[in-house]
Amino acid sequence: MGNLVPVQANARPQAIGEQQYLTFLLGGEMFAIEILNVREIIEYGALTTVPMMPAFIRGVINLRGAVVPVIDLSVRFSRAPVEVTRRTCIIIIEIDNAGERQDIGVVVDSVSEVLDIPGNMIEPPPSFGARIRTDFIQGMGKVNERFVIILNVHNVLSVEEMSTLSDIGRHPGEAVALT
Amino acid sequence: MDELRQAYIAESQELLSSLDENLLLLEQNPADSSALNAVFRAAHTIKGGAGIIECDYIVEFTHVVENALDGARDGHIKVDAALIQLLLASGDQIARLLEFAGDPEARPDAETLARGEELLAGLRVHSGEKAHSPLAAAPDSQVESSGGGMVGHDCWHISIRFGQNVLREGMDPLSFLRYLAGFGEIAHLATLLDTLPDAEAMDPESCYLGFEIDFRAETSKEKIERVFDFVRDSCVLHILPPYSHLSQYVELIMSLPENAMRLGEILAQAGAITQVELLAALNAQHAPDHATAPLGEILVEQHVVQKELVDAAVVKQAQISDKKAQDAKLIRVHADKLDQLINLVGELVIAGASAALLAQKAKDEAMFEATSTISRLVDEIRDGALRLRMVQIGETFNRFHRVVRDVSRDIGKDIELVITGGEAELDKTVVEKISDPLTHMVRNAIDHGIESAEVRAAAGKPVRGRVRLNAYHESGNIVIEVADDGGGLKRDRIRKKAVDKGLLGADADPSDSELFKLLFEPGFSTAEQVSNLSGRGVGLDVVKRNIEALRGSTTIESQEGVGTTMAIRLPLTLAIIDGFLMGVGKSAYVVPLDMVEECIELTDGKSRGEARSNVLNLRGEVLPLIRLREYFALPGHIGRRENVVVVKFAGSKAGLVVDELMGEFQTVIKPLGQIFTHLRGISGSTILGSGEVALILDVPSLITLATESESGRRLVQSVY
Repeated sequence: MGNLVPVQANARPQAIGEQQYLTFLLGGEMFAIEILNVREIIEYGALTTVPMMPAFIRGVINLRGAVVPVIDLSVRFSRAPVEVTRRTCIIIIEIDNAGERQDIGVVVDSVSEVLDIPGNMIEPPPSFGARIRTDFIQGMGKVNERFVIILNVHNVLSVEEMSTLSDIGRHPGEAVALT
Repeated sequence: MDELRQAYIAESQELLSSLDENLLLLEQNPADSSALNAVFRAAHTIKGGAGIIECDYIVEFTHVVENALDGARDGHIKVDAALIQLLLASGDQIARLLEFAGDPEARPDAETLARGEELLAGLRVHSGEKAHSPLAAAPDSQVESSGGGMVGHDCWHISIRFGQNVLREGMDPLSFLRYLAGFGEIAHLATLLDTLPDAEAMDPESCYLGFEIDFRAETSKEKIERVFDFVRDSCVLHILPPYSHLSQYVELIMSLPENAMRLGEILAQAGAITQVELLAALNAQHAPDHATAPLGEILVEQHVVQKELVDAAVVKQAQISDKKAQDAKLIRVHADKLDQLINLVGELVIAGASAALLAQKAKDEAMFEATSTISRLVDEIRDGALRLRMVQIGETFNRFHRVVRDVSRDIGKDIELVITGGEAELDKTVVEKISDPLTHMVRNAIDHGIESAEVRAAAGKPVRGRVRLNAYHESGNIVIEVADDGGGLKRDRIRKKAVDKGLLGADADPSDSELFKLLFEPGFSTAEQVSNLSGRGVGLDVVKRNIEALRGSTTIESQEGVGTTMAIRLPLTLAIIDGFLMGVGKSAYVVPLDMVEECIELTDGKSRGEARSNVLNLRGEVLPLIRLREYFALPGHIGRRENVVVVKFAGSKAGLVVDELMGEFQTVIKPLGQIFTHLRGISGSTILGSGEVALILDVPSLITLATESESGRRLVQSVY
C-alpha cells in the first residue's frame, strides 16, 4: 500500500542542510513535522463528526469553503483520544496523494514552536522503543539533548491506508482479526 | 497546449463524430448524397485546420481520404461496404493522429504511421480500381442537386456537333475519332445526320455531322477536351463523366438541338440509361402539369427512384439546415470558465444562506425581506448556471451506432440499435464519465444478451437483434436504460453460482432483483462463467463502481427468453441540489429534496407504542424505518419529538427517523474526499449558513439497508 509515497519521502536528500520543523505536543510527547507540509494552524472547533468511521477520524471541518477531514493522531498511534482543551489546535497539512494535493487536519494538544534541525542531528528511526509504528517515523531529531520524533506525514496520513481502515471498521469481526 | 491547437483538436473531434455518424447513414443508404457531402466537409475541414496548425501528418493522411471522398461524390468511386469500412477506419486513424497534434513537436510513432499507410494503400487501391482518374473530378459536379440515383455506366459520354466550317478549315472529323480511340475504347458511337439537308441544298464542303460517343478510358475531362482543341470554337461539345446521374443525362438531352426522344434512344442503346427510365423522365419533364416539378419528384412519381430514398434525402437536408441554424446561436466556452462560475455560485448560495440566517436571528423585518429576495434571485442564478452545463445525452447515445455496428460485425450478429429519449439532459461532467460504463453495458448486451441468429429463429423471434438505449428523468435523477431483446438471465444458474461462491445461503430465496444485483459483485463472473452464465457480469462490478462514484445506482431486470434491461440512475448534477435539511441531536443531515415523499410526526401512539419496532404502518403500507440516531450511533437521548421523513428511490420507500425537520436547503455538494471512499450511507457534505458542515445522506444505500433489515437480515450496527 502506498508504495510510491514512502520511497519519495525517503529519497529526499536528508543532508541538504538545515530543515525547519514544526513541533507539537501530543499526549505529553513532542513530535515534529517538516514545516513545508504545514499549511496553517487553526483553533479547534465547529467539527462535524462523520458516523461509521474509525475513531482516528474525528470528523470534518469547513476550511474557508472546503471540507477537510480531521485526524486524531493520538488514536492513530493507538493511544487515548486527544482531549479538547483551550490549547487544542488543528494543524492543516498538505499532502500529495497520487499527484493530487489534499488538505488534512490533525488534532494536537498544543503547538510548540518552529525549530531548525540540521541534517546531521537527525538519526534514523529506532527499530522499536518509540511506541509507534516505525514507518510513521522519518527520523529522530536531537534537540537540546532530547529526542523529537519527526513524523513521516506521507505514511501517517496515507489516504489509502486510512480509507482501507475505515472500510474494515464497518465489519467489527474482521477488524479485530486484522489488528 | 496553445489555444489554437486546443480549439482545433476539440473541433476535429466533433467533426470526427459527425463523420462517423454520416458514414453509418451512408452505409444504410449509399445513395445518400447529403451524408456523403457531410463526410466530405468534415474531412475537408479537418485537413484545412491541420494545415493552419502545421500538422503535416494529418494533412497528408486526410488529403488522400478527401480525394477518395471527392471521387465518391463525383461518382468515380462506388460507395460500398468496403469503402465505408475503410473510411471509418480512416476516421479512427485521424483520431489517433489528433492525439499527437496537441504538442507541436510530437510526431506520430511508427506503429501509428504504419497503420495509416495501410489505410492509405487501401484507399488508393479502392480509388484505382474503380475510378478512371482521381483528377477527373469536375468540381462543379451536380451530385448535390440530384434526387435521382446513380446510373451504373462506366463510360464517358461525349456529345459533339461539328461546325459547318470544319472541313473548310482543313479538319477531318474522323481523325478526331481516331485520335480518341488512341487512348481509350469507343464503346458505342452513333452518328447524327439530323442536320444533313436534302441533296440539292447540301454544300459538299460543309460538315453536317454530329456524334454521340460512349468512351471507355482512364482519362480526365481536360484530356478529352484537348482532343477537340482545334475545332473547339466551331463545334458544340458536351462531356459527361462516367457514373453520371440520370438528371445530368436528361439535362444534356435538353440542351442539345436534336429531338429529345431520338437522343434518348441513342443513350439507351449505348447502355448509359435504360429506356424506361429515360422515357419516363422525359415525358414528365415535358408534361405541362409538371412544368415546375423538380426532377427528383418526377423520378419518384415515375417509380424510377424509391420514394423513401428521396424522402430520406429531403429530411436529411432539412436536419442539416436546422442544425446550421442552431450552430449559429451557440457560443464555445471553455469548460473551466463554467466550472469557475458554478463554484462561485456555490459560494454565493452558502453566503446567501448565512446572511438569511443572520437576518432571521436579528428579527429585522426589512432585512429579512431583502435577504429572501436575494435568495430567490440566487436560486434562479444557480439554476441558470447549472443549466449551462447541461447537455443532451443524445450525442453520447449516437456514438453507440458505431460501437453496435463494429461489435456485432465482429461477432457476426445482426443487431440494430434503437435510441429513444436522447433529448434528456444531464451535467456534462456526468456525461463524460458514463461513456465508459455505458459502452461496457452495450457490449455486454450485444455479446451475451442477444442470442445467435439460429437460436433466435428457433425461438420465433426476429433474427435481427435489437438493443435499445433509453433515457428519461425521474425525481431529480436521470435513468439510462440499456435493453436487449435477447435470451434474458438464467435465474437458476445465477442462483447456483451465487450459492457456490458463498454469496447466498443454500436455502435463501432472494427476489429477482436481489439475485440479479449479485451480478455486480466483484469476482462474481470469471472467464469460465462466460459460457455458463451467458457471460453476464463480465466487468459489471467495474460498471457499478463507476456509477457509484457518481452517486448513482444500477439495477437489472430480466425475463428469461424475453430480454434484459439494465438501468443506471444518476443525479442530474454533481454540483448543487435542492436539499431537505433535518437534525438529529446536534448534527444536521441533508437528503435530496426530490427524494422526499412526505414528512410525518411520530406521535406517541405510533412510535413509542410500537416501541422499538423498525417498521411503520403508513396508511396500510409497511414502511421500513431507519433510526438515524441508532444507525449512526449518535450520542444523546431520543428527543421529545421524533419525525419521519419518507424517502423513495427507484420504487422503494423508507422512513428516516430524525429529531427535527429544518426545511428546504440549497445544497452545494462538497465531496468528502478519498478517506471516506468506503463510507456507505453518506454521499457527500455541504456547508450550512452557520459555517458548519452537514452530511448528505445517500438515500439509495440507506434504502438498500432498510430493505435488507426488513427481509430479516440484521441491521448493520455501527461499530464506533
